Amino acid sequence: MDETQNTEQANSTHKIGIYLWIWGLLFVLSFFSYMVDWFAFQGLLRWSLILTFMFLKAGLIMAFFMHLFWERYALVNVLLWPMTAIACFIALMAAEAQYTVFTRAFYFFVGG
Amino acid sequence: MSDNTLNNLPGGFKGMSHDMGSDQTAFKGVQWGKVMMWIFLLSDTFIFSCFLISYMKGRASTVVDWPNTSEVFSLHVGDVPVPLLLIAIMTFVLITSSGTMALAVKYGYERNRKMCAWLILATAIGGLTFVGMQAFEWSKLIHEGVRPWENPFGAKQFGSFFFMITGFHGTHVSIGVIFLFIFARKTFRGDFDTGKRGFFTTMKSDYVAIEILGLYWHFVDLVWVFIFAFFYLW
Repeated sequence: MDETQNTEQANSTHKIGIYLWIWGLLFVLSFFSYMVDWFAFQGLLRWSLILTFMFLKAGLIMAFFMHLFWERYALVNVLLWPMTAIACFIALMAAEAQYTVFTRAFYFFVGG
Repeated sequence: MSDNTLNNLPGGFKGMSHDMGSDQTAFKGVQWGKVMMWIFLLSDTFIFSCFLISYMKGRASTVVDWPNTSEVFSLHVGDVPVPLLLIAIMTFVLITSSGTMALAVKYGYERNRKMCAWLILATAIGGLTFVGMQAFEWSKLIHEGVRPWENPFGAKQFGSFFFMITGFHGTHVSIGVIFLFIFARKTFRGDFDTGKRGFFTTMKSDYVAIEILGLYWHFVDLVWVFIFAFFYLW
């Protein structure tokens, strides 16, 4: 079993520098996203900054801490393509929310 | 499948079609337990996505103003309210523990038993700190009158989404902390060097287990990134 595991698993380790760099970047990005709230940015600027820092942090964690950057495409694609289903779901529910808030406002304020 | 054989295979999308169509192991160079953990994490992604999407839908479709999270989650330092202070500290604690976990995986593969074990222990303590601060946050909000069905700050849906989403995430952290302590003990004891058989399995222990545990822990951090962005900052 020991042999099979060693042969199945590529045992290459990465230099410590890369982990420390990513670690530092995550701290900086978290600090930036906290600053978005601190300076109380509003509207599109706030949302775009939040999303940018969020995706950067998520990408760094998945790529380097979870080693996806070094995995073969077979695994990477199996994990990332299902996310498109979630993106569709978000779009559907955003549309649904608009409809719900419209009907609520209509019947609350205009009356049925 | 040694490193050399892997390097001889085609890479990129060509490699993907080669691996998938090879009539053998589809995920080459990946131990089966790691694939299982990834598939579990994928299903967990869908669960958390459903929570966050229902939160989006609930928040977008209420005609009452949503509570200002910047004020709701502020802490008083002296007399000055600092917005989101506790949440910011929790975020930094979780990222710190994610970093120590990444290093533990690295030292595990280098068969550096002591470094690996201490780093896992540090990760566990970071996780425990996070859960403790979350318990503080929950009791603070409950004292202020936040309930799943009402709250003094705004839209009623706020409470149910808050308890549901952070509660489910906190449960994940707690389970992770328990496993981190168990694995710290196993590493200190040298189970992964001697190949001692595990409690639930007849297979021999291997340092790849640390990477699998690490995947789970990084995922918990990953989910927090999204909760922090969408629930606390938005």
